[in-house]
Amino acid sequence: MADHDHVAIVGIGETDYSGESGRSELMLALQAIRAALDDAGIAPHEVDGLMRWAVDTSSEASIADNLGLRDLAWFGEVSQAGNVGAALVASATAAIKAGLAEVVVIYRGVNGRSGRRYGSGAVTGRRGQGSAAFSEPFGLLTPQHGLAMMAQRRMYETGVTNRQFGMVAVTERAHANRNPRATFFDRPLTIEEHQQSRYVVEPFRLYDCCLETDGGGALVLTSLERARSLKSAPAVVRAAAQHGYAAAREYTDTSARFLAPRLWAQAGIGPGDIDVAQIYDHFAPFVIFALEDYGFADRGEGGPFVESGAISWEGGILPVNTSGGHLSEAYMQGMNQLLEGVRQVRGTSTAQVENVEASFVDTGIGTGAVILGPDA
Amino acid sequence: MTSEAPNILGELLLPVPEPDNQPYWDALRAGELRIQRCASCGELRHPPQPMCPRCGSFEHGWSLMSGRGEVFSYVVAHQPVHPALRDKTPFATVLVQLEEGPRLASNLVGVEPGEIEIGLPVEVVFHPVTEEITLALFRRAK
Repeated sequence: MADHDHVAIVGIGETDYSGESGRSELMLALQAIRAALDDAGIAPHEVDGLMRWAVDTSSEASIADNLGLRDLAWFGEVSQAGNVGAALVASATAAIKAGLAEVVVIYRGVNGRSGRRYGSGAVTGRRGQGSAAFSEPFGLLTPQHGLAMMAQRRMYETGVTNRQFGMVAVTERAHANRNPRATFFDRPLTIEEHQQSRYVVEPFRLYDCCLETDGGGALVLTSLERARSLKSAPAVVRAAAQHGYAAAREYTDTSARFLAPRLWAQAGIGPGDIDVAQIYDHFAPFVIFALEDYGFADRGEGGPFVESGAISWEGGILPVNTSGGHLSEAYMQGMNQLLEGVRQVRGTSTAQVENVEASFVDTGIGTGAVILGPDA
Repeated sequence: MTSEAPNILGELLLPVPEPDNQPYWDALRAGELRIQRCASCGELRHPPQPMCPRCGSFEHGWSLMSGRGEVFSYVVAHQPVHPALRDKTPFATVLVQLEEGPRLASNLVGVEPGEIEIGLPVEVVFHPVTEEITLALFRRAK
């Protein structure tokens, strides 16, 4: 067993996903946490660690206050933007292994559609300050503008096509059509509809872009030793890593190029050993870029890989985003994909892959990734 | 060379100069495109920042660029995400690679979004927006 094998995700919880939750972000977070603790069979007062997305609004103090924690021994957050879910799992895992906390809850609750919308720049905009003085005045106002710029160059360098982006969206939609929790559960999507959809920011068409969602999600982590006496099957953290910067990074590299070698070394396995993958799909092309930069496909071969049906639950060799992902289930910035990664280990997904030994979750095209597996 | 075309966002979203990058904006106001260069190892870096990521030096100068380059990548925004963009979409943002190497985000003057392609040769034009701020925009190279 690898070093990380003694921490596990033992509880998962989420709220409904909608365009208008009608409740506070704090309420959404608490409802998700309650569901996750119930799932684990752990009482709220037993929680002694809390972790959160730095961009979210619900402080650990307000969560602790509502849960009536006995002793909040450890807490923290990770900066950047939505892309830190796996980094939080890595930190929580390290904290539990170090004995800083016994039960850590990673949580979020966001009104990402009815409140602060990523697509408006409300979360990430910097009003022309700092390095944004060199991007925002020219129209690079939201994450999608900068990411579209990178995608355009990568199309030029590798030959990947917008139709191949579309096959990511269509495949994920088919997965969402199996998932009653998904925003687009009852709405199929064809490649023709994708190709006829309007551009939001060229080269991204409407269906290349993620949803914006109100909702909450939570994970409960504890030691594998403790996990074995709890009611839900543990999803063991076999590897968890993050990446934030590399001086050697070329313009069209994703963070995955730099995180991947460390992740595979930590897990003691390679891309060919992964049974099912959740990949951060804020924009469809980045699933293809991630497949290439993690080593699931060679550079330039990610598009054909997707077109071949490889990422489909139905007959694919590497089903990707089996709950519908950010494009068709919900945009919970990695949280919903971490939940789905756990479900795949438990055997409870609506697009369940058989005999999952290695469930891969990327939460930011290499800013963080985890590999989960069953208790051996 | 001064441009008549307004920048995309007008005065609603101007750059906010800071001590670490003030000489860049001062140069533009004087009609020069100058990029920060490490005084120790000679590396050009943009956007400006205090330390050279290559050699660790804080010492630097501001090198005059030729103003010539090519479109390295571009996007065309169709959805106005800022109030100032309501009647201005579609509009393009380009990433220009200067012939000296650094890349700058900018807008093109006199080139329709549909005409832009990677590799298009461009040259700088200076566009004053306020007394303090002049932006480096680009046009098709002559």
